[in-house]
Amino acid sequence: MSKTLYDKLVDAHMVCDLPDGDMLVYVDFHIMNEYTSPQAFSGLDQKGLKVWRPEAHLSVVDHVNATRQRDPHDEASKLLIDNLENNCKRHNIAFYGLGDPRQGIEHVVVPEQGLVAPGMLIACGDSHTTTYGAYGALGFGIGTSEVEHVLATQTLRYKRLKTMLVNVEGDLAPGVTAKDIIMKVVQVVGAGGANGYAVEFAGSAIRDQDMSGRMTICNMAVELGARAALIAADEKSMAKVQGRAHSGTIDFGGTEWRSDEGAAHDQTFDITAAEIAPLVSWGTSPDQSVPIDGLVPTAGDTATPKAKAALERALDYMGLAAGQSVQDITIDSAFIGSCTNSRIEDLRAAAAVLKGNKVAAGVNAIVVPGSTYTRLQAENEGIDKVFIDAGFDWRPESGCSMCLAMNDDIAMDGERIASSTNRNFEGRQGRGARTHLMSPAMVAAAAVKGRLADVREFQNEGTE
Amino acid sequence: MPDQVNGLMAAFPQPNVDTDVIMPKRFLITITREGLADGTLADLRFDEENNKRPEFVLNQPPWTEASILVVGDNFGCGSSREHAVWGLMQLGIRGVIGTGFAGIFYDNARKNGLALPIVSTRVRDDLLRIARDPEAGDCTIDITNRQITVGSQHHLFDMDDATRAALLEGRDDTLDSLKLAQSIRAYETKLTEKMRVNVIQ
Repeated sequence: MSKTLYDKLVDAHMVCDLPDGDMLVYVDFHIMNEYTSPQAFSGLDQKGLKVWRPEAHLSVVDHVNATRQRDPHDEASKLLIDNLENNCKRHNIAFYGLGDPRQGIEHVVVPEQGLVAPGMLIACGDSHTTTYGAYGALGFGIGTSEVEHVLATQTLRYKRLKTMLVNVEGDLAPGVTAKDIIMKVVQVVGAGGANGYAVEFAGSAIRDQDMSGRMTICNMAVELGARAALIAADEKSMAKVQGRAHSGTIDFGGTEWRSDEGAAHDQTFDITAAEIAPLVSWGTSPDQSVPIDGLVPTAGDTATPKAKAALERALDYMGLAAGQSVQDITIDSAFIGSCTNSRIEDLRAAAAVLKGNKVAAGVNAIVVPGSTYTRLQAENEGIDKVFIDAGFDWRPESGCSMCLAMNDDIAMDGERIASSTNRNFEGRQGRGARTHLMSPAMVAAAAVKGRLADVREFQNEGTE
Repeated sequence: MPDQVNGLMAAFPQPNVDTDVIMPKRFLITITREGLADGTLADLRFDEENNKRPEFVLNQPPWTEASILVVGDNFGCGSSREHAVWGLMQLGIRGVIGTGFAGIFYDNARKNGLALPIVSTRVRDDLLRIARDPEAGDCTIDITNRQITVGSQHHLFDMDDATRAALLEGRDDTLDSLKLAQSIRAYETKLTEKMRVNVIQ
């Protein structure tokens, strides 16, 4: 019988069945950060438990650390960072902390270090762990109680998900990137449309993406509610695991990690790549986006009173008028970073737009490379100079920074940000902050124009 | 965990309430599970000067005493932070009734004994109407029989068997799974050398 990639991965990792339809699955590799792990370690201590296999875990500092300088910006963040280091020392777990050349955003660090390969099951106390699906690995986010469970047992209690297939076929139009593909998918499926599902992305537009683009797509699958995202392993994913620190030490198989011909999914969506335009979000949910040459929706565009109320609330929070042109929206800040779009390919795409241009007067533009390794690579290529010459603040340290504002990069009330990140929730980038999601090249275009702008108007436009 | 949750329902119909809204990040800089009640839904409950927002349902009597929320679609989406569930519990919330929840939030709730009954849109909208009536009286979420009772109304709800059992038993999953250590070791014997990840320190 034909099996989906998802079912193959779950079957391969099943330790045993549990009563009531749960199962125990084996976790090949587990990643921790400083903010969702402390209570898991204290749970172990309270119960007098040891870590089952310390060598199968990695801890990185990324969520709360400052990126303007290496030293913690306050006592509270220092406490979290020191706490993680101490917990790792006590339990003999690898720790990539501040100043370590391997440090950075967890989901940028792991592929760089060659710690993801097709066929693996990877868990992390972070919702964007879906990123690893780009490699044909089953990655998913877990809560702190589950972090404790995986530390103590190397397993998780798991309930098999339904599967959804999203086909994106054809060639993308110029200026359209992986970020636009996934924002389109979120728009079509809806913010909670994939709750209870593992989503497999397929079709020529997905296969044509490089690994960085595939990671962007799988990363944001959680914004449609998917607990896991997958793309079939192929030569590209196999090539990308070579030449890294852990290459040669990890092998779970290769391109056989794909769905069988004719495998049945519970739901299917078909999207035509050519119909995707560069998108920007206008509201407070990632599914609220429009093409850059479009208009902010009006209440007439929505069917139900409930939808109308949601739209009005979002417009009110965002300080926008229904029906206004998206390109008339002026910005205060531009932010390039996050586990969605801070890899070297993203920085190159944004730099291509910025080359020879200047950030508009009054716009505060920040770029935080996804990892220390990525930053050094970019500096080696001279990309830092392009950003700095254009007027961007090129950050010397890496982390999540203004994506979720857990460090000192907190947007002010009412501040409007063009952002290469993944969530435009109320208060995400600071209390009252107004986030517009878009690709890194589009953030660069917006920074130059001082308003939301169409990347296609730039001669030397970036491609991912 | 008792097999029932009893209490007043509050209507909180906003869709896509994410865990950033449930627990804003400024309350996350902590290494304990405690002290999160004040942070829960803080930007909706309090204004910039930390005064209560009178328009928010949990600031209005009788719903200041509510222990059950009736919520909009896709409640708990976004970040994996379990702090959102800890905070709701510390605020006195014991049940959240909705049409569907984000996966990580759902699992976090199960680990902490927060009941999340799933009902149809029609039933949820009915319950929202009832919850807005200050005279409605208490609601009962009967976990054993998967039934919500309020006044003369009874509604069956969805809850998967494993979540229901976990809530009723109130067990510690970590300790419970360690009883299966032998099965875990048996699985590990099948792993090749290169399937045993060994992270460089």
